[in-house]
Amino acid sequence: MASYGDKVIDHFENPRNMGSLDKNSDTVGTGIVGAPECGDVMKLQIQVEEDRIVDAKFKTFGCGSAIASSSLATEWVKGMTIDEANSIKNTTIVEELGLPPVKIHCSVLAEEAIKSAIEDYQSKNKKD
Amino acid sequence: MANVDPNGKRLVYLDNLAATRTDPRVVEAMLPFFSEHFGNAHSRSHAFGWSAENAVDKARGQVAALVGCKPGEIVFTSGGTESCNLAVKGVAKMYEERGKHVITSAVEHRAVLDPIRSLEREGFEATYLPVDTTGLVSPETLRDAIREDTILVSMIYASNEIGTIQDVAAMGAICKDKGVIFHVDACCGLDTETIDVDAMGIDILSMSSHKIYGPNGVGAIYVRRRRPRVRLSPIVIGGGQERGIRHGTLNVPGIVGMGAAAAIALETREVEKVRIAELRNRFESALKDGLEEVYVNGHPTQRLPGALNISFNFIEGESLMMGMGGVCVSSGSACASATLEPSHVMRALGVGEDLVHTSIRFSLGRFTTKEEIDYASEECLRAARKLRDMSPLWEMFKEGIDLSEIEWKHD
Repeated sequence: MASYGDKVIDHFENPRNMGSLDKNSDTVGTGIVGAPECGDVMKLQIQVEEDRIVDAKFKTFGCGSAIASSSLATEWVKGMTIDEANSIKNTTIVEELGLPPVKIHCSVLAEEAIKSAIEDYQSKNKKD
Repeated sequence: MANVDPNGKRLVYLDNLAATRTDPRVVEAMLPFFSEHFGNAHSRSHAFGWSAENAVDKARGQVAALVGCKPGEIVFTSGGTESCNLAVKGVAKMYEERGKHVITSAVEHRAVLDPIRSLEREGFEATYLPVDTTGLVSPETLRDAIREDTILVSMIYASNEIGTIQDVAAMGAICKDKGVIFHVDACCGLDTETIDVDAMGIDILSMSSHKIYGPNGVGAIYVRRRRPRVRLSPIVIGGGQERGIRHGTLNVPGIVGMGAAAAIALETREVEKVRIAELRNRFESALKDGLEEVYVNGHPTQRLPGALNISFNFIEGESLMMGMGGVCVSSGSACASATLEPSHVMRALGVGEDLVHTSIRFSLGRFTTKEEIDYASEECLRAARKLRDMSPLWEMFKEGIDLSEIEWKHD
């Protein structure tokens, strides 16, 4: 990796969906994954209406590839159903951003962040 | 010098503790030794050899003058790493009948730590002296650690990561008192600090050219010849050069360059020490005034004048380096290293794991200007503010959440 990838830089210079949704709302699912000691923490939030994700926001503490991975994740899930979002694989993130092997774990964390947000939303909206 | 990086950002070089630009005066001194005086310094029978030999003699004297020893006590190597390897392995092999215990610190460069670890695998014992939160080794802990079978103490003069300068003279006195060979890794600092091997009780000194505005690929090692005479078992052999301490054809242009760099360092070190520290302090203040939750790593005053290792809480180091564009620095963050391991020096300081990932090392130098650092501090603050806005940790901190109480979801 002789320089930062263009797409990775683009997500940093022009982040999509950076910010926060109301974590207390029942329509919002919040996923927080990673740990400060690992140098990677992603917060990914989804706003759901009738099983479809209508908005998504992220905040990330991590390297450029981690920021890009989570930013891309929020771009993709917007408009998807819960099931579609749950099926996003980290490998597609790696391909889209051109991540080198040493940065693959960033995409894995982004996939986990999506799933964690969905899990949170679903646990708030358990249908008995 | 290139003005912009591949992404079009203005370049400002603040990574002098990694490598320094070769001083133009040094380059000029070296040039004749490529196309005109290109002989092998050991070709005794013709003018090409003689002029090469004379040039090496002159350079040897220049390096000796920088550290206060005799020219005959300087041996040239391929760089600081080789010199450190030679010091550690060379002493171990030569004196192992006397004992197999070595002492060093937890903040050494890998060029010392790795050879010592390899000695441990061969049956030696090593003691790694801890440091305080500023990176200083206490001379008293050294005194307490020396045993009957200790044959070497190896100490870094100034940390390449945090800039902290050790109390080397005090340690040298202790080693003299106990009769233990004292090796100092002085790869960083000879451009601004005054090291005198006699006054400081140093027996072996490792030096690097590319850290003091000389060319890459050459270094030197001082080996004491009197009171006491120190002997080293060579690691590069075949040919008998350099009094049998380091064989191989001499890198004449490189050596000429190192000599010229040493001469410039001797002449300018006092003035540079003050000038560079002023620039660094100005830069440090700009960052501290511009952002809250920033922490300097290393000793506040007993450090190299150009060194600023600083943690920006809640901002990961590699993302900040990327965000600063053409401002060229390095980081203690795991993400920024080839091995994904965070810095062992930062760990030794007791810096929390989370803060290790947020550290950036800025290192100013001879060619750094005031205008450059004012630009760099603006760029750094701009990127840092953006990354704080993007940071879930900063958000939690601002909400009053105690991050240490959180149970993080991770493998």
